Order: sequence, then C-alpha cells, then structure tokens
Amino acid sequence: MRLIKAMTLAVLCLGAAFPAVAQERSGPLRIEITEGVIEPLPVAVPTFIAENPAAQEFAESITRVIAADLAGTGLFREIPRDAFISQVTSFDSTIQYSDWKAINAQAVVTGAVSAAGDGRITVKFRAFDVFADAPLGDGLQFGGSSASWRRMAHKVADAVYSRITGEGGYFDSRVVFVSESGPKDARLKRLGVMDYDGANVQYLTDSSSIVLAPRFSPTGDRVLYTSYETGSPRVFVLDVGTVQRRALDVPAESMTFAPRFGPDGQTVLFSLSEGGNSDLYSMNVNGGGLQRLTSAPSIETAPDFSPDGSRIVFESDRSGTQQLYVMPAGGGEPSRISFGQGRYGTPVWSPRGDLIAFTKQNNGRFHIGVMRTDGSEERLLTASFLDEGPTWAPNGRVIMFTRGTQGAGGEPALYSVDISGRNLRRVPTEGPASDPAWSPLLK
Amino acid sequence: MKLHSKAILLVLALGLAACTNPGRFGAGGAGGAGGSGIDAAGLGGVNDPSSPAYFQQSIGDRVLFAVDQSSLSADATQVLTQQARWLANNPEFTALIEGHADEQGTREYNLALGARRANSVMEYLVSQGVSPARLKTITYGKERPLAICSDEACYSQNRRAVTVIAASGLS
Repeated sequence: MRLIKAMTLAVLCLGAAFPAVAQERSGPLRIEITEGVIEPLPVAVPTFIAENPAAQEFAESITRVIAADLAGTGLFREIPRDAFISQVTSFDSTIQYSDWKAINAQAVVTGAVSAAGDGRITVKFRAFDVFADAPLGDGLQFGGSSASWRRMAHKVADAVYSRITGEGGYFDSRVVFVSESGPKDARLKRLGVMDYDGANVQYLTDSSSIVLAPRFSPTGDRVLYTSYETGSPRVFVLDVGTVQRRALDVPAESMTFAPRFGPDGQTVLFSLSEGGNSDLYSMNVNGGGLQRLTSAPSIETAPDFSPDGSRIVFESDRSGTQQLYVMPAGGGEPSRISFGQGRYGTPVWSPRGDLIAFTKQNNGRFHIGVMRTDGSEERLLTASFLDEGPTWAPNGRVIMFTRGTQGAGGEPALYSVDISGRNLRRVPTEGPASDPAWSPLLK
Repeated sequence: MKLHSKAILLVLALGLAACTNPGRFGAGGAGGAGGSGIDAAGLGGVNDPSSPAYFQQSIGDRVLFAVDQSSLSADATQVLTQQARWLANNPEFTALIEGHADEQGTREYNLALGARRANSVMEYLVSQGVSPARLKTITYGKERPLAICSDEACYSQNRRAVTVIAASGLS
C-alpha cells in the first residue's frame, strides 16, 4: 500500500496520430451496460510491444491483465491470438483494419511498454474502432514504478472500457474484505485488502479477534470496521498505509457496529446498542460530535449516506420485519421505501446516486437486488442459500457481495454481478472471504 | 458419596420444581453443599451447587428463541428463574450474557438481534432480583454458531442466549 501511495502516475496524452476517416456506420462503437449484453463484443489485444529488453517481463503481463479486465466484465470477448492475421510490430504505425475486420474484431487495443533504469516503467496504448476504420480516442501513456505495473494495466483497461461504454471505469480499485479460516463454529477472521480482481492481497489485522464488515473512507486511505478486540463489538478505524488502528471514542458501556464514512471522510454513521436497543448515531471519526439520529425501540442498523451526504438509507424492523427507510442526514422522519415480499437489509447507495442495492430474504432464499432511491423498480440480481452485503463498484455498474454455502462445511466467497443481473462471477481469493467493500477509483 | 447423592437429589428437586412451579423452589435452591472452600477461578465440580459447572450443566446456562424473536418462552423463564436464584445465592459471581443468532439473517441485523436477546435475559434476571451491576451483555450475532448444520435442528440451538458465569469482575 505504501508503494501505491508513493507512486505517481503520470498521464500523458499522445494525441491523435491517425485522423479519423469518414465513417460509414451510423454511430461510434458503444455498449449500453444497462441493457444487459447477451453477445460480448469481440476485442483483440495483441501483446504490447516491449520497447527495450527490461520491459519484456512487463509487456506480456500487462497485456494479460488488460485482456482479463475487459473479458471479466462480460461485455467483451477476447479474440485468441492465434486467430490474428496481422501482427502489431510498431506502436506508431496504424493497424491494418481489414485484417482485424476479417477476424471480426470490433475493437483492437495496441500498446507498448518501456522500462527505465530507475525502476520506472511507461505504458502507452491506443484503441481502434475496427469497423469505423478509426482510432477510438487518443493514445494515452501512464508512467509509474514497475511495482505498480498492475495498476497501469488496470488504467489502460479502464480507459478502453470508458471509451466503449461511456461509463467510468472500475478496474483500478481495491476491495477491503474479511478473510476467513477455521471451522464454522470457531471461525477466525482478519481484514484483508486486495485489488478488485483478487491480486495483491495484504492483511491489515491478525485473526486474534473477530472483525466484521469493513468500509473504506471516500479517499480509500482509511477503513472503518467492527472488532471484538476490546471484548465486545466496537467500531475501529484503521489507516490502510500504516495499519495503525484505534477504537472510536464511543461510550464505553455500549456496543457499536455497522460503521460507515460520510462523503466528507469525517462523519461516521454507526449503530449503537444500549439496553438491547440498537439505534443510529453519528460522530466525528476523530472523536466528539456524538449525535443520536434515531430513537425507536426497534432495530435500526446498516446505514449508508447518499453520495451527496444529504440523506441516509438504513434498515429497521419498526414495522415488524426488516425493511428499508430513508431519512434526512441529520435524522428526522424516515420514509419506508421497501414494500415487496420478504425482509430487506444492508442498503447501499450507488456512487452514482441513482440506485440502492440491498439484501432480500424471502421464502428461505437470499437475493441481492437494486431499486430506485424511492423504492420503485425493484430488481433481484441473484438468488442463493445465502447472498448478502452488496457493495458498489466505483462506477455504479457492478456489485460485489458475499455468497455463503450451506452445511457444516459451508464457506463464504466473494462474487460480483452486473446491475443487469448478468455476468455473475466468483472473485478469486486465497481462502473463504466475506464482507467486501469496494474502494473509490484510485487516484 | 453423601455429597454426591445429595446433589443428585437437589438436581431432581430442581427439575421437578421447574416442571411444576417455576416460581418456587423451596429450600432446595442453593446454599446447601459446598459454597466455601471452592477455588473461585475454577469451574468447580458439577455436583457442587455453588459451582459454575453446576450452573452450566444442572440449571442450564442457555435459553433458546424462536426465529427472529427475542421474547422469552415459558421454558426459558423457568431456566432463568433458576439462574437468578443461583446468582442470588452465589453473590461472588458475575455473569456475561451472550446473545446469538442463527445464520438466516444479515450480519449486522443479527448483531442487533443478539443484543436484543441478551438484553431480554438480563432484564428477566434483574426482575428476579439480580443486581444489574453484576450482569453484562454482549452480542455475537451469527458469528459463533454452536451447531453447524444448515437446517432447523441446528438453527434452533444457535438462536440462544448463554449466561456465562465469571468468578469476579466483568471483562
């Protein structure tokens, strides 16, 4: 993490070397994610050119990560290299569009990597819209330490994804999660952080006490979570770079859990349980400013701010079962937004502000779903024995969550799914994992 | 030997009392055998009515709950009435009440539900005369199941509140 913090990514626009020729097609290459893609778009990613011998080891690896990012969205299909008719031998010469048309490549991504003696590498790329005979935007160049080669690959893939979908990217991001081990009745848990694709895992705590449900700060530099380190559940904040942690300064006799950062990176929302009753509170992460936001005999927990900080969505069983409610950020009269069959929990506001993702329990099954912020247009994206705890990709188009399997050997794993309900995938982790929380896009 | 049979009788008496009249235990409750000379740090023998082991195994250290509920059943109040009696007779002990949930629920909701269940037990014990200063609650949500299958046979054991006796002080 220190490496990443220290790294500076230089972004350089390479300019449009190839003027776009007249287009026959009605519009540019474009995928609409919300419509759900049935047939992935064929894309060719020839191995990036190594511009000097030291760049050799990175060129192949970076190309593989870019192709995996794109194919992993379910929106793209990588054309196998042995199908290529022409090879790309120079970054600066234009591609032979007819050769790529012949193998039905819709887009081609070319690139080059060079390595300097000081351990820095430079990655540059161009993207082409094959059937328009035209480049897809300008070439771009990223520079950084060689240790951050994966991040540079993710940035290339983010740029390609953005140009074709019109959406922000999400590959250059991290996920904080709970790594699990041991038997079901004596499970050990520790916090881990990894790249969105499961690479570069680092552990942030040991497994000497139960840790639950971490959440990133808006800048990704800190993590809030619940820990049993002091004997009973309590909200902690941890600096991702230094791994220093401390308990929040809450009343000592209370139990606190379900912490979330506000968009200001200072306000912390959480549940505080006293006398068996859990209500929502907020306070400053550095102490002070404790404010009670709900006062009901029911359970109020799992809060989340709207991206503009003006409202809070949370779950409450005040109606008799778990349902979702929205209230002003300072507290006040909540309005119920979930009205379907079953129980609703763990609401999470999309970073785009347009949707709320949630966990739903109905007829002994668990679902991850999304609804508009007024509760309308509910859609269930998944179904299983135990799906829970959605978290949004930085672009608000993909959701990661925990899926548990049943029985004595039951174990949790991380999965991701599009908001269209397509492209359900298991996120690779070393062992059982739960409670993912996605970071914002890295800077 | 004499102590042993006495303890068995006591258990029987408690059991009968629990079945017929949960509110009254007569003289059989506690204070009989043992009481002093026990190493306060140990669990003591299960045959010693003033031992935590006796509390755990003969009285019963846990009560069970219905799905998504924290109200106490008639069975639960019988056990808790005996727990309160034991605590009254063994004032050197304190108790930590753990609230648990089964896995059919989201993580944070289950933390809140476990807190509610632990508090139900605490309130009942206090209503039976136990000083709240000797009691503390904690929730484990669904983090510490006792039985690990994924059906009601296990779930019913996991929806529990456990009264854990401590020798002195509350950690």
